[in-house]
Amino acid sequence: MIMDEFLIRALLAGVGVAIIAGPLGCFIVWRRMAYFGDTMAHSALLGVALAVLMDVSITGAVFVVAALGALALIALQRRAPLSSDALLGILSHSTLALGIVIVAMMTWLRIDLMAFLFGDILAVSWADIILIYGGGAVVLGILAMIWRPLLAGTVSGELAAAEGLHPERARIIFMLLMAAVIAIAMKVVGILLITSLLIIPAATARRFARGPEMMAVLAATAGVVSVMAGLSGSLAFDTPSGPSIVCAAALIFLMSLIPTGLKRGPAHEGNMR
Amino acid sequence: MDSTVQSTVPSGQPLIAARGVGVKRAQRWLIRNVDLTVHPGEIVTLIGPNGSGKSTTVRTILGLIRHDVGTIERAPGLTVGYVPQKLSIDWTMPLTARRFMTLTGRHPVAAIDAALDEVGLTAFSDRDVQVLSGGEFQRLLLARAIIGQPDLLVLDEPVQGVDATGEIALYELIAGLRHRLGCGVLLISHDLHIVMAATDTVICLNGHVCCSGSPKAVAESPEYRTLFGSRAAEALAIYHHHHDHAHLPDGTVVKSGDADDHVACTHPEHHHDHG
Ligand SMILES: Nc1ncnc2c1ncn2[C@@H]1O[C@H](COP(=O)(O)OP(=O)(O)O)[C@@H](O)[C@H]1O
Ligand SMILES: [Mg+2]
Repeated sequence: MIMDEFLIRALLAGVGVAIIAGPLGCFIVWRRMAYFGDTMAHSALLGVALAVLMDVSITGAVFVVAALGALALIALQRRAPLSSDALLGILSHSTLALGIVIVAMMTWLRIDLMAFLFGDILAVSWADIILIYGGGAVVLGILAMIWRPLLAGTVSGELAAAEGLHPERARIIFMLLMAAVIAIAMKVVGILLITSLLIIPAATARRFARGPEMMAVLAATAGVVSVMAGLSGSLAFDTPSGPSIVCAAALIFLMSLIPTGLKRGPAHEGNMR
Repeated sequence: MDSTVQSTVPSGQPLIAARGVGVKRAQRWLIRNVDLTVHPGEIVTLIGPNGSGKSTTVRTILGLIRHDVGTIERAPGLTVGYVPQKLSIDWTMPLTARRFMTLTGRHPVAAIDAALDEVGLTAFSDRDVQVLSGGEFQRLLLARAIIGQPDLLVLDEPVQGVDATGEIALYELIAGLRHRLGCGVLLISHDLHIVMAATDTVICLNGHVCCSGSPKAVAESPEYRTLFGSRAAEALAIYHHHHDHAHLPDGTVVKSGDADDHVACTHPEHHHDHG
């Protein structure tokens, strides 16, 4: 039953990535970093090209390039008067374009560009799964350790710093975690869609969460459901798996917007700022 | 929250001492030559017109922004509770008032309840912070700042948006805290009337320290009157009318205005040896 094993591996990989992406995605939503995440993910293709050129581990190279990209972005944002929105727009698309151009130039190598752009979850190996769960455990463990300063810094960096936490350090560690997730998740959903797996489940979770920790757990759950639904859809309709998973996530998000009559919060909630 | 807690910093030694501090940005001095010391149990209030550098001063002292000249010394192991002037919490984050209380540190449920009760927010503890009114949110910020029983409370316009009765209650709470917690308070206030009541030292800021001393001495100083004009005179009148005495924590009334009435950078005696 070869098909079965394919499926099990795909499902395990997808579920693992969704569990890691949920909590991290919450911070991306709270910190309004969607574009930032996109830029980091797009730079991953440069990492792929470099890894192939230098014959080193693709995952490692992607991590290093995405991490360096994130640190460079932080440094740039500190000094450049250019609005960070425009800055990210420039970098996001130029790194992506550069990555595609470089990969295309290496005609002597056969790189399956589509697999990197949109993911190839059915080609996931057991080694990949070990990487996803091992790396994922490390990522979530570190996230748990920096949770308080990172959350406090998300609410107010100055408040956190004044009271002796180190929000800036937590933020830099968070960027490294993002780079790790991009490296780990690239094979499952592809670099074009990684941010959606980070953001959409978190957005879905927002409505039902009563606190930040609950939102992180619900986001992971919504991601897992999206992966399962997306994979089934991909098999049933013979559609590409990465985009199918993202479509499922988006559908679940839309469904979460439907009023349920579920009582949430005090009655005067319409009085939102 | 009911017990009397002694500050971890020995009394007599300042919690924080800034000398000759200046901050320069884009070829402009935002503040210059600022001297400021806060001792345990002391309330130091910064007053000054908009843009006079009050927030810049406290943010510099807290180490949030870099200073270009001068020295800032903090007592070792100093713990701080901070109420910033501005804080907006993104709608994407679900955060109840109760969860907000443990933002920068863990606290027992009983302590959270007590702190919320103290600012009159018990009924609001499960509401999202984003739905709180301006005044309610300010009270929550104050409750959160005091829950860790810090050595130093830094409050940047803590009663903005709070109604008149609530304002008096909050200032009474702040004034009481220094006795109960033995903490020092660095307060920024735009309300000259209130400043006159509970403060040990007033520092009048206008880019630099233009005068400092006891409230009465500052209110009578010509620099202060030049800066605040008629409002200053009015505040002084109110000061004379209402605040010719003070209440000790046990309720006894003492005449004030005899000892500390000099404009200087020295520090008046503080009374935190209470029973
Ligand atoms: N990072 C900065 N760069 C340049 N100017 C600043 C900066 N921060 C504050 N200012 C300016 O410094 C002055 C003092 O600001 P602030 O300390 O907020 O005043 P206050 O709290 O007394 O109203 C203002 O004119 C403000 O515009
Ligand atoms: Mg200010």
